[in-house]
Amino acid sequence: MSTQATYNYKVVRQFAVMTVIWGIVGMLVGVIAAAQLVWPQLSVVEWLSYGRLRPLHTNAVIFAFGGSALFATSYYVVQRTCHTRLFADGLAAFTFWGWQVVILLAAVTLPLGFTTGKEYAELEWPIDVLITVVWVSYAIVFFGTIAKRKTPHIYVANWFFGAFILTVALLHLVNSCEVPAGLWKSYSCYAGVQDAMVQWWYGHNAVGFFLTAGFLGMMYYFVPKQAERPVYSYRLSVVHFWALIFTYMWAGPHHLHYTALPDWTQSIGMLFSLILLAPSWGGMINGIMTLSGAWHKLRTDPILKFLITSLSFYGMSTFEGPMMSIKTVNALSHYTDWTVGHVHSGALGWVAFISIGSIYYLIPRMFGRTEMYSTRLITLHFWIATIGVVLYIASMWIAGVMQGLMWRATNPDGTLTYSFVESVKASYPFWTIRLLGGVMFLTGMLIMLYNTIKTIAGQKAYEAPVLAPAHA
Amino acid sequence: MDINDARSIITVLSFVLFLGIAWWAFHGRNKARFEEAANLPFADDDDDRAALAARGSTTQGKAS
Repeated sequence: MSTQATYNYKVVRQFAVMTVIWGIVGMLVGVIAAAQLVWPQLSVVEWLSYGRLRPLHTNAVIFAFGGSALFATSYYVVQRTCHTRLFADGLAAFTFWGWQVVILLAAVTLPLGFTTGKEYAELEWPIDVLITVVWVSYAIVFFGTIAKRKTPHIYVANWFFGAFILTVALLHLVNSCEVPAGLWKSYSCYAGVQDAMVQWWYGHNAVGFFLTAGFLGMMYYFVPKQAERPVYSYRLSVVHFWALIFTYMWAGPHHLHYTALPDWTQSIGMLFSLILLAPSWGGMINGIMTLSGAWHKLRTDPILKFLITSLSFYGMSTFEGPMMSIKTVNALSHYTDWTVGHVHSGALGWVAFISIGSIYYLIPRMFGRTEMYSTRLITLHFWIATIGVVLYIASMWIAGVMQGLMWRATNPDGTLTYSFVESVKASYPFWTIRLLGGVMFLTGMLIMLYNTIKTIAGQKAYEAPVLAPAHA
Repeated sequence: MDINDARSIITVLSFVLFLGIAWWAFHGRNKARFEEAANLPFADDDDDRAALAARGSTTQGKAS
């Protein structure tokens, strides 16, 4: 029937394919930056020097790769669980093209050296304005779709996606408050330690809501779908959601231990970080236990391997995070490569793995297929990526603890045992292992690109019909 | 009442609200509706296979 309404798969398809492309670009920049640490002579021109590539890497992997994955999955999940086509097709198309322009502007301005100097919020004010416009459009499309849903309930994944969209809007507006001084220069509205606190309130909630809540939305849809059974406990997911919402906002000060920030504020940050262990593990257990009674599927299904392994890394990094927020532990770990290892345990092991699993689910369906071109290549991708992550985080743990111990070592007369450059020299072998881990992870993404091209080749774009909700 | 009292009250109210949410989530009365919600991803379950298989012909999916 030609009158049959279809889901808007076009915007999902665009974001899903760009997730693979931006993943490769962002991780390639990361690999180049890692190589520059091992061979500093690779820093040939100022535009591609370490200090400019590093923010380009973080922006590309978080906002281009992670962002595209979040747009793709949230647009897909909200349509499928609300049994209605996306609200405002034109606005949805605008979020795709607008987001791509933001990414391209970042890729030009960051190497040129235009930066606010705020970590994960480096982009200058004209780009901040564009981000705001795109993000408000995203919120209108997402919540508009929820509003015209055909189902009585709002599925839990949509609660997580919705919280992610609202909170990121709030964070971006508050932290990007800045006074322009020319087209590519601005000054923060805040000064001194207030500026630092606003920045890390933003920074940690970017982790909590951009890199966690949104990806938990993926977990609550794609794990049950791929395992073909409903989530282990829906009630636990409700408590999981509200516990995260009530606690995450207060954990930011743990980034500012032993600074000019008042001591009581640091302690509150540490306390809330420790409390966060409970909801984080509740969510992880809920995801993994969804497989209860169907563990054998893990043996044959590499997409499920990606999804479930991502939850193991989520559990690891959400245990490690609260531990590192304890002031005495932080005194050792802060400013060392341990932090870099922790971030990548979360970013590669959790965020990238759950995205890769979800995108492998989505891409064939966007082209009228049920499976990727090659399941064996997904398995290969899984193992090469897993070994890559393990090499990366293990080398950074060792390097980090070593650096922390060398920096604090003193001689009997109170002088420092090691100069800083000695700790740099001792780090080289571990930076080389890290580079190897990064190259392996990037290789996995290239395999994914090949598999994607072969899946799409010769296939026509597909729009699935909107179905009336079935009553089980 | 100074502003610190208001801060304490907000903190306590938030905690009580959270306990209320937890109680509501695990109350036996709401079991059925949560089970219904948990099955939402599967309300269109046969779409993937049925609609994809029927692709090219008169696609109407299987609206049960």
